[in-house]
Amino acid sequence: MEGVSADYVIGPIRNSLVLQSIDLQIESGSYSAIVGHTGAGKSSLLKTINGLLLPTAGKIEVGQDIIKQKNNKQALKNIRKKVGMVFQFPEAQLFAETVEKDICFGPLNFGVPLKQAQQIAKEVMQLVGLPLHLLNKSPHSLSGGQKRRVAIAGILAMEPEILVLDEPGAGLDPKGKNEIMRLIKSLHQERNLTTILVTHDMDDVVHYADKIIVMENGRIVRNGDLRSVFSDRLAIKKWHLDLPEAYQFQLEIEERTGMELPQICFTVDELADALMEVGLA
Amino acid sequence: MNKLSLGRYVPGDSILHQLDPRAKLVSGFYFIIVLFIANNWQTYLLLWLFTLGVMRLSKVHLYTYFRGVRPLIWLILFTVVLQMLFTAGGTIYVEWGPIRISEFGLINGVYIFCRFVMIIFISTAITLTTKPIDLTDGIDSLLGPLRKLNIPVDEISLMLSISLRFIPNLLDETQRVMDAQRARGTEFGEGSLVQQMKTLVPIFLPLFTNSLNRAEELANVMEVKGYQSGIKRSSFRKLRWKTCDTITLCVMAALTIGLILLRLN
Repeated sequence: MEGVSADYVIGPIRNSLVLQSIDLQIESGSYSAIVGHTGAGKSSLLKTINGLLLPTAGKIEVGQDIIKQKNNKQALKNIRKKVGMVFQFPEAQLFAETVEKDICFGPLNFGVPLKQAQQIAKEVMQLVGLPLHLLNKSPHSLSGGQKRRVAIAGILAMEPEILVLDEPGAGLDPKGKNEIMRLIKSLHQERNLTTILVTHDMDDVVHYADKIIVMENGRIVRNGDLRSVFSDRLAIKKWHLDLPEAYQFQLEIEERTGMELPQICFTVDELADALMEVGLA
Repeated sequence: MNKLSLGRYVPGDSILHQLDPRAKLVSGFYFIIVLFIANNWQTYLLLWLFTLGVMRLSKVHLYTYFRGVRPLIWLILFTVVLQMLFTAGGTIYVEWGPIRISEFGLINGVYIFCRFVMIIFISTAITLTTKPIDLTDGIDSLLGPLRKLNIPVDEISLMLSISLRFIPNLLDETQRVMDAQRARGTEFGEGSLVQQMKTLVPIFLPLFTNSLNRAEELANVMEVKGYQSGIKRSSFRKLRWKTCDTITLCVMAALTIGLILLRLN
């Protein structure tokens, strides 16, 4: 895969500045999480990566293809093939009579022959952990979590190099959500997919992502690795972000005991190790 | 998807915004009837002045009105052309095989065009300046007498307000589904007519299923909240008839008299 460098400078879009002069580089093979308050422009940013929202100024480079204000259709199509986009509540886009047809919809649009598309459908069904006998069922007869998997499978079937997800866990029960998040992580690792995740849940961020991009009012206010961003607690508060649960707990412990742990702990295991290290547990 | 201006409310504080929805509705319907009095250029001039005056009073940008006409323009032009071709009389300007455009035909065509555009402008002016909820309250109140005929007026107005309420949601959702399908490689507005129709299936099917689901949810919620049809409900908003509403009706009467006078001339 080509390096994904996406530089945006985006001027006014319609009546409001949804995204303002954004410069961002996302390395290929990385897992970035975009966080920010409601209306910060996270979803708009995702849409520009896919060419669904065209920049009013500036450009977006995905590999060798470039999105500008005016584009030739082929470049857009290349980009949409390369960037698989999973929208919020992706199950709302399911339409075909059978799961198989729905999964094949993307590949067929990009000119993959039917036989091959059906083969791909089988593979991605296994990839997302659904039994093959569901292929001939109607997507509407499935459960919520299964529908979401089918929708994600439909995107994976396009064999994207970059996977862009907008709140993939929203509206699922905790177990279903964890499964989806783990699935995405394993796809990221096994297929070396560049992954970009929009989420509200800081625990998702610290458990799965390597990089964090903080947005506010259409701008990127912070872009860096997890620890450096979360260590700046004043800024986190200013952006109305939460802290990961383990870290909150750590701060509570530090306050009560007056001791300071050697590092920021993002997960329960990390916290337990750190506590043992300093002899509190 | 945001191009639909008919049926959209633009908040404001113009005189038109302050009028009682009933006054606006009655005047609007009355205007359509009155249109048929007009038969010469003087009467049409008067109607145009009235229409433009109303548009001006609404303090909504004129561009919004033109956008309201745009989706219907082909239908209007089609009717105009039919009128032009099939009205005979007066001097004949063009004669080309079976096609014949006469003086009367041309005039009739222009009149029909004016009528359509004015109707759209006036109804747009009403919907732009009236909240959907006020509109349905107005309709409810105007249809009130029909209750005596056992017509379920409350249910009709509830249906109306629910459908108006969900138009923006539906538009947003259409946009979302379109985005999702475009991300999967669908190109809209490309290829032959058949191909274009085919690309609509992946949009309409999700929309239909989602709408049906939502309707069921809404029905459940209403039932849980104690809604029952056929039972008298009190209303939160009360419509109040003001002097300016009476004046509006007087203006309509004056318009009618003016039109009749000009027609008799």
